[in-house]
Amino acid sequence: MLIFISCIILFLIGLYAVVAKRNLLKIAIGFCIMEYAVNMLFALIGFKSGAIDPVITKVDMPHNFVDPLPQALVLTAIVIGVGTTALFLSFIVRIYEKFKTLDVSEIKKLKG
Amino acid sequence: MIFLPLLIALPLFSAFVIPLLSKLWKPFAPVIGNITTFVLFIFSLYGIAAIQGFPMLVYKFGNWPPPIGIIFSFDAFSAFMVFVISIIVFSGALFATKYLNHYTGQWKFWTLYMLLTTGLMGISVTGDLFNMFVWIEISAIASYALVSFGIEAEELEASLKYMVMGEIAGMTLLLAIALIYAKTSTLNLADIALSFQTIQYSKFYWSILALLLFAFSVKAALVPFHFWLPDAHPAAPAPISSLLSGVFIKVLGVYTSARFIFNIFGLTRENAPFFFNILVGIGLLSIVYAGITALSQKDYKRLLGFSTISQVGYIMLGLGIGNFYGIAGAVLYILAHGISKALLFLTSGSVVYVTGERNIEKLGGLGESMPTTAWSFRFGALSLIGLPPLIGFFAKFLIALGAIKQGFLWLAIVAIGFSGVTLGYLLKIENNVYLKKNGVEAKEAPFLMRVAMVFLVILLLVLGIGYKPLMDFVIQPATDALLRGTEYINLILGGI
Repeated sequence: MLIFISCIILFLIGLYAVVAKRNLLKIAIGFCIMEYAVNMLFALIGFKSGAIDPVITKVDMPHNFVDPLPQALVLTAIVIGVGTTALFLSFIVRIYEKFKTLDVSEIKKLKG
Repeated sequence: MIFLPLLIALPLFSAFVIPLLSKLWKPFAPVIGNITTFVLFIFSLYGIAAIQGFPMLVYKFGNWPPPIGIIFSFDAFSAFMVFVISIIVFSGALFATKYLNHYTGQWKFWTLYMLLTTGLMGISVTGDLFNMFVWIEISAIASYALVSFGIEAEELEASLKYMVMGEIAGMTLLLAIALIYAKTSTLNLADIALSFQTIQYSKFYWSILALLLFAFSVKAALVPFHFWLPDAHPAAPAPISSLLSGVFIKVLGVYTSARFIFNIFGLTRENAPFFFNILVGIGLLSIVYAGITALSQKDYKRLLGFSTISQVGYIMLGLGIGNFYGIAGAVLYILAHGISKALLFLTSGSVVYVTGERNIEKLGGLGESMPTTAWSFRFGALSLIGLPPLIGFFAKFLIALGAIKQGFLWLAIVAIGFSGVTLGYLLKIENNVYLKKNGVEAKEAPFLMRVAMVFLVILLLVLGIGYKPLMDFVIQPATDALLRGTEYINLILGGI
């Protein structure tokens, strides 16, 4: 239970960074922290202490193995995370070219 | 049933082919894009025909039976969503063919457009939770890139805001998926619904529902979480604005939340009245707040953005009313608002294409020089306000009828009364852009753009006049699919 709660605390730390920080790069880091928190939660859900790899061979049919599905999910989530992070960083580069700043509070051409 | 994976495979294949072929010959990109969207439109009609008489079609990937493998589950509500998506994607593609003349790198636009379509189709037909998350992220990432397609300062800022909100919602959704998997050890939606029956109304059940609903209401831009939409939707090129406002927020926000509330969590007005009252409250707040804010806007597209928030409130209101008429009204409203708002954004695109100006106070007199655009705007606006025989009337009428049957007479009066506000802000555009004599030099928009607009006008009229068959073959089965509740489980898992 403790490990689940610590993952959620990590998620909230990431959320805090996204919401409260003013530097765009720190917001990007906040997103990464949120994403890693969820990925770690997934990995921990599948984990069983003392269990072995879920590899079934003709001789051996293991009965006590870790859940392989969360690992597959984490791989997919990592790939999606790479996509969003790359896009976000490229936005940051473009925004720096246009606004000459990374401070969110100074990026406000839109209002109403 | 082979058309189910084709709904995904076809646009995905086009997205792959467009960058390769457009190096050889530039016009390949719009040609392939238009052909793909047209074929999808045909498929969606076939889908509606195929679903008649069957409650559910299931396509199993690799023939693995449902709780093990990934499935596509296609019921009448999915068929309906695919129909709405394909209409708006088709008209948007037609419009974009000419509209993109200002822009460089057109093949990038078409690739992203196809990916967006893939994601939307995937969300509507998938029967697997994690699969749904992947489609949501694919369409969301494509939309972030498309909103900033012009890479001007304003567009980048809008897209940044949109992406921050969208990603917070996406990560919350992923967290919810992790928690659901921890509890139920399954990702199949029907299997999750089955597991939830044993823990119904527990603390875990409500907290998961809260997480999911937070994620979906950010995607649907309901009022406390709406502020990214009036920046993001106007910043995009007009065909994308029409796609985002017309169908994107409804698939990512409304379709998903309706699916979860009714089919997975098994909630109805009878067993959770408090929860449904919250939905009514959220809907009402969106209608009132965004409707009034829209009245003071001066930017053509930004005004329409606020209008979208307000109109999505009507859909949530209909779902929250929760009886047959309310839900049927909400479902019909998805179609009616989708077509009319897409049409309005296309008219804004054609005004911007011709004059290069979005501030309605600097425009004027376009009613004479651009008659097709002006009349398209009028039809779209009248449907949005709810004038018979256009399709918007029936949607609003059903929602009001549902509210009265449920004993909320005041709700029906507020919902109908706020049509007056809708009329107010749309008249503001009509007066300033089309009626006022200001002598802005303009000529009519190019032929293909007019075709796209006229196509949507004809749909508004035809679907409105053919209300009875539309109701019988599309709306009523879709409503039944939602009201069927957790019967959904047996339809997927029972037929193994």
